Amino acid sequence: MALADARAQVLGLRVVPHDPALDRDWLDRLAQGCARYTPLVALDPPDGLILDIAGAAHLFGGEAALAADVEARLERTGMTVRSALGPTADAARALARYPAPPAPDEAAAIRRLPVAALELDAEATRALARAGLRTIGDLASRPMASLAARFGAEAAEALRRLLGDAPSPLAPRLTPPPVAAERRFAEPVASTPHAMGVLAELAGEAIETLAGRGKGGRDFRATFFRSDGLARTIAVETGAPTRDAALVMRLFAERIDALRDPIDPGFGFDMMRLAVPRIEALGASQLRLEGGAARAPAMDELADRLATRLGRGRVRKYRPADTHIPEQAQLELPAIDAPPPQAWPAPAPGEPPLRPFWLFDPPQPIEVIAEVPDGPPHRFRWRRATHAIRRYEGPERIAAEWWRRRDNRGLTRDYYRVEDDRGRRYWLFRHGLYDEKPDPRWYIHGLFA
Amino acid sequence: MRESSSPLAGLRRRVARIAASGGSPGARADGWLASGHAGFDAALGGGLAVGRVHEIFADSLDAASAAAFAALLALRGGGTAPLLWLRTADAARQGGHLYAPGIAELGGDPDRLLLVETGDTRALLAAANDALRCPGSTAVVVESRGRLPALDLTAGRRLALGARDAGTVLLLLRLGAEPVPSIAETRWRIAAAPSRELEANAPGAPAFDLELLRWRAGPAGARWRLEWNRDDQAFRDAALSGAVLPLAPRRALESRGVEAA
Repeated sequence: MALADARAQVLGLRVVPHDPALDRDWLDRLAQGCARYTPLVALDPPDGLILDIAGAAHLFGGEAALAADVEARLERTGMTVRSALGPTADAARALARYPAPPAPDEAAAIRRLPVAALELDAEATRALARAGLRTIGDLASRPMASLAARFGAEAAEALRRLLGDAPSPLAPRLTPPPVAAERRFAEPVASTPHAMGVLAELAGEAIETLAGRGKGGRDFRATFFRSDGLARTIAVETGAPTRDAALVMRLFAERIDALRDPIDPGFGFDMMRLAVPRIEALGASQLRLEGGAARAPAMDELADRLATRLGRGRVRKYRPADTHIPEQAQLELPAIDAPPPQAWPAPAPGEPPLRPFWLFDPPQPIEVIAEVPDGPPHRFRWRRATHAIRRYEGPERIAAEWWRRRDNRGLTRDYYRVEDDRGRRYWLFRHGLYDEKPDPRWYIHGLFA
Repeated sequence: MRESSSPLAGLRRRVARIAASGGSPGARADGWLASGHAGFDAALGGGLAVGRVHEIFADSLDAASAAAFAALLALRGGGTAPLLWLRTADAARQGGHLYAPGIAELGGDPDRLLLVETGDTRALLAAANDALRCPGSTAVVVESRGRLPALDLTAGRRLALGARDAGTVLLLLRLGAEPVPSIAETRWRIAAAPSRELEANAPGAPAFDLELLRWRAGPAGARWRLEWNRDDQAFRDAALSGAVLPLAPRRALESRGVEAA
């Protein structure tokens, strides 16, 4: 139906453009909410969720009661839900997606599914129907080899998965964390401060478990399950393994303060879970003989706190990289998981600094008056000001890393350390030699102290 | 009557205690960020006082010199205490990235550097507050460009109290900005100075023109021209032909009735 027709039929029709990314995000949030039933929740895009409830159904009063609970909760968010239970993930998915006449048991229900449930391409499905094969049961009674010969190995494989003869593995959205603590409430908790209090208790429990195993947590995720089926996860990270519940709670408070949209309890949280997906060995901490802690925990904590508030990539440390290309010679890595320090190249004694204090990345183009082809620059124009060069040193020739390039080429750079008449020191380079490029451009790459 | 007067007396005692601990400008500092240049350190009573806020103004073309001076003062003389460098996310685009190999070339240890980037100046000051209240850093450098309206006297006072309580030092880089009233202990203007010529007319070791614009604990107006000596990890006099400003510090201090050291 065309949009114009739909508008003519329904007055005040609201039109929203289709946004697959937003749909996917919503499905992800629903999956997060379903983590209350089982840790093994897989997405089946664009509009399906697969829950592995083996060993979890009895907690909710049986399979049927669990399915009813899922449906009731999801319908409360405004979704239309069709659910089905099956012996394998593929079978349950087919039963939910394709209408089948009622059957006495699951195996019979699968055999009554239409052949479209195999989800072969349209041509193959039509060919099956033309051959008089209408249900999975019809197909299953034929020899598998003839099906594979006519429609390819995928068709046979899909049929075997549906019948439970071949494994149909799930790719769970979340892997179960090594340490977790959770709390279910008889009455939904509507106040966020109270929820934070419970979170502190959960942190205490999780940390007790960690202490028992001699481990510390690096990554803590609190999930607030709302009674209407949605869930919100808030994660904090630390730079070193920790077993300090107060520290973890401070980080959570910091994270929640920094959220653009605060946690909305809605009709209340009916369950909370604190998971510790990343744990590392952490022995008892030792104090130094002469007093004082062996490390500077206050600094680590500050870095964690700032990273939690500003974003993990916003607090960075520097590490050297083994290359001559100046802008690639340093790595700025998040301080939370920076590798151990490595030695920086030591400067030669007696030399002035050969690398700038500040580096422009990308280099900024400038206009230069210089001798052609290999002479030093005499004056240059940068940011609408002209600088006359009084002293210079160079060129320092840095070749491109041709061995990393597909075309095995690249332009050579000639770097000059220059000082202008006011005493400011700059790092300029000509990008390309005259025999490499007809009119090489000049750039300013950095500022010296 | 007794009930109403006793809180008042308590408040008076608190005010007296606050005034005694930090109100007077001559309260003792926990240490100094020394430059290694005897004249400079002696004139300031040891260097830039720890537990205080110091403002460094620079023209935007001299920004690298001012920033390097702050970094050198903080990283000088070894140790492992980290240097916290706070800047806004757009500073890298305007002024350039901090370049760790360049810091290593100046003799500093880039591993001590912890860079914190914030989205805006308000978050920058909040992060500076947190960083200052955390003991164990050699210095906290806050790099800002242009006017900084978020830093009013209240915000400045908060920073100063944080630095005093934790015994940390804040070097506030005000690049391309004009001085406004503040509670800083010292206020500097730093510019690049011509370096000593090496052979074949090559630029030499970094040189700085320093001007003390304001000092709460003493006379201002002194000028120095210092050169960074990486091998000694110290500043020294920029030995220039014609000696542009060798006597200026003494003259400036003497003119205010203080004997220069």
